[in-house]
Amino acid sequence: MDKYIFIPLLPLIGFCINIWVGKFFKEKAHWVAILAVLGSFIISVMTFVEVVQGKVINYDVYSWVISGNFKVSIGFLIDQLTAIMLIVVTSVSLLVHIYSVGYMHGDTGYYRFFSYLNLFTFSMLMLVTGNNLLQLYFGWEAVGLCSYFLIGYYFRKKSAADAGKKAFIVNRFGDFGFGLGVFMVFITLGTLHYTDIFANLSKLEGQTINILGVDIRLVTLIALLLFCGAVGKSAQIPLHVWLADAMEGPTPVSALIHAATMVTAGVFMVARFNPLYNMSDTAMAVVALTGAITSLFAATIALVQNDIKRIIAYSTVSQLGYMFLACGVGAYAAGIFHLFTHAYFKALLFLGAGSVMHAMAGQLDIQKMGGLRKYMPITFWTFLIASFSIAGIPGLAGFFSKDEILWLAYNGGTIGKIVWVIGTVVAALTAFYSFRIVFLTFFGKFRGTHEEEHHLHESPSSMTIPLLILMVGAISAGWVGIPPLLGGGNWIGHFLEPVLGHPHVHGTHAEEWMVIAISIVVAVGGIFTAAVMYLWAPSIPLFLGRTFKSIYTVLWNKYYVDELYDYTIVRPTKWLASRILVAVTDAKIIEGIVNGVPKLIAEFGERFRKLQTGFLQHYAMGMAFGLFVIVSLVFIFVKI
Amino acid sequence: MVPLEWYIALSTVIFIIGVTGFLIRRNIIIMLICIELMLNAVNLSLIAFSHYLQDLKGQILVIFVITVAAAEAAIGLAILVALYRNKAVVHTDKLTEMKG
Repeated sequence: MDKYIFIPLLPLIGFCINIWVGKFFKEKAHWVAILAVLGSFIISVMTFVEVVQGKVINYDVYSWVISGNFKVSIGFLIDQLTAIMLIVVTSVSLLVHIYSVGYMHGDTGYYRFFSYLNLFTFSMLMLVTGNNLLQLYFGWEAVGLCSYFLIGYYFRKKSAADAGKKAFIVNRFGDFGFGLGVFMVFITLGTLHYTDIFANLSKLEGQTINILGVDIRLVTLIALLLFCGAVGKSAQIPLHVWLADAMEGPTPVSALIHAATMVTAGVFMVARFNPLYNMSDTAMAVVALTGAITSLFAATIALVQNDIKRIIAYSTVSQLGYMFLACGVGAYAAGIFHLFTHAYFKALLFLGAGSVMHAMAGQLDIQKMGGLRKYMPITFWTFLIASFSIAGIPGLAGFFSKDEILWLAYNGGTIGKIVWVIGTVVAALTAFYSFRIVFLTFFGKFRGTHEEEHHLHESPSSMTIPLLILMVGAISAGWVGIPPLLGGGNWIGHFLEPVLGHPHVHGTHAEEWMVIAISIVVAVGGIFTAAVMYLWAPSIPLFLGRTFKSIYTVLWNKYYVDELYDYTIVRPTKWLASRILVAVTDAKIIEGIVNGVPKLIAEFGERFRKLQTGFLQHYAMGMAFGLFVIVSLVFIFVKI
Repeated sequence: MVPLEWYIALSTVIFIIGVTGFLIRRNIIIMLICIELMLNAVNLSLIAFSHYLQDLKGQILVIFVITVAAAEAAIGLAILVALYRNKAVVHTDKLTEMKG
């Protein structure tokens, strides 16, 4: 057996141990989970080194399904793309596990929490390492399941249970399209293994399919169906509604979902299928525009929210939009690069927010915080670095990846120009709302109650150490992709080139300087505006809120998307369920059959019991009459 | 030599007496006797046919029937005695426990 199989297997073993016997370990349950992920991380690093040296691993472990010409194996494909994902998933997951030791201390479901974290990691690793579409689909559904478990972890709280259900059901919509995409791939190409799919893609060229009278190119259809799944899983418009509610889960889970597992799956899938997407300009445009609109949409919502975790959640939606925007203009490597850097600064932001929550005894409203930098210096500094990183301050991780995306978008034709403009606006908004959190939370005077102020403290070392490690990532993760213009070699771009290709760049150096300069200006401008509004002149936000009350209300209510879905989908479904399915199908048809059969039998019994007179002579009469009938029949029909 | 028809006629008469008695009398003892009559009517016809066909199988069957009838009479009377001890009746119209 190769060591690669242990990358997903170790977390699975950890899950099995903890879910069955974890409750006997009490507060020691985390050892199993952490060791499992640590082992997985070490093997991932070893594998990464091998891949860097030029090795690509692709082999089948065993045949999973063989049915006619449908053959699928459990197998591993570890190329440059997967190797990067392995590092992201296992490293962030490991830090989240360690952080959870402090965060979940004293929780009654301690072992359960760690077993779910393990299962989540396993699912995501299966998703990224699989060498066929069905294994990807397995991981895809399994991370959906785990997100349901973990978002609804505090299942006694109704809002948490509802959020878990919402995440699962909203993902169903996307996964339905994804499932159809998988079917289409199998029907048209007869295989689900990546290498066979990509080798035969040219067969799809020129084929069209007629849907409701419209001819659609087959590649476009498959690409868009698969993208449906990505939209659900990576929380893009119109299926973004679950991610903000997912904040009901414990904070480490939010970090895990947002940084390492789950939401990045969509970007990974699109990048993995880049040969397919490259064949269809329509699909590419859809991906790019969906990403760009989502990033703008989510960033504007984040401007006015007050819940610290919700702001960061919308920031994730926005950044995922950025990644899709990159994929849509053909800059897959830049998208994966942003995924890589985003994982570290976003995990850091979430874990920092968790640390703040820990100190504030669960308080999430940033309007009720303030001045926390005095009480929790480590959390403050790490959070500040992460915010600088996401805002795109030169030198930090977020700057390089965001800049790479913007530059390649600028080169991407008309659509590229459009998404570049949107992306630049979003960069300004991102800087603004990120520093709105920083200034409201850590600066100024404390605005909470006196008891809360008394309770403020720095978090335990199991929580601060992961913060410090992630801070290193948030600073330096971008250094692997420094563009040549700034004296780097864009190592990650070249590393991913065999898998993801490299878009054609025809812009001049001057233009590249311009793009970089604009993105720096908007980032600094965003931070400066936030400082003015929340540090030096707190009356401005109030004034703006009053003056543009309608806009503020729309943003505060997240564009009423939840309400829209409530009226158009949730209520009709509930009506259908209660009025048709419960009232007619269940009460009338099912219960009618279930109750009707015994009633019929009882009815017959009631009639036939009259025959049972209790008089022996009646029975004897019956017997004699029966005998007479039989003898008569014998005489009539039997020829003697 | 008595012809076969006479035996058949006698057997039929005895059988009909048995059936009629079984159907119209209400005393269980009489009804049991009527059952015996029916059995013996059949025995008679079996023996008559056996002799007529020169085949011993009929007579063997009669011996079986007599054996079974003896057992039946013993069990029937035993049930009757038990019934009488419990209910103090031998009249079937009074025994309507099974009425539906």
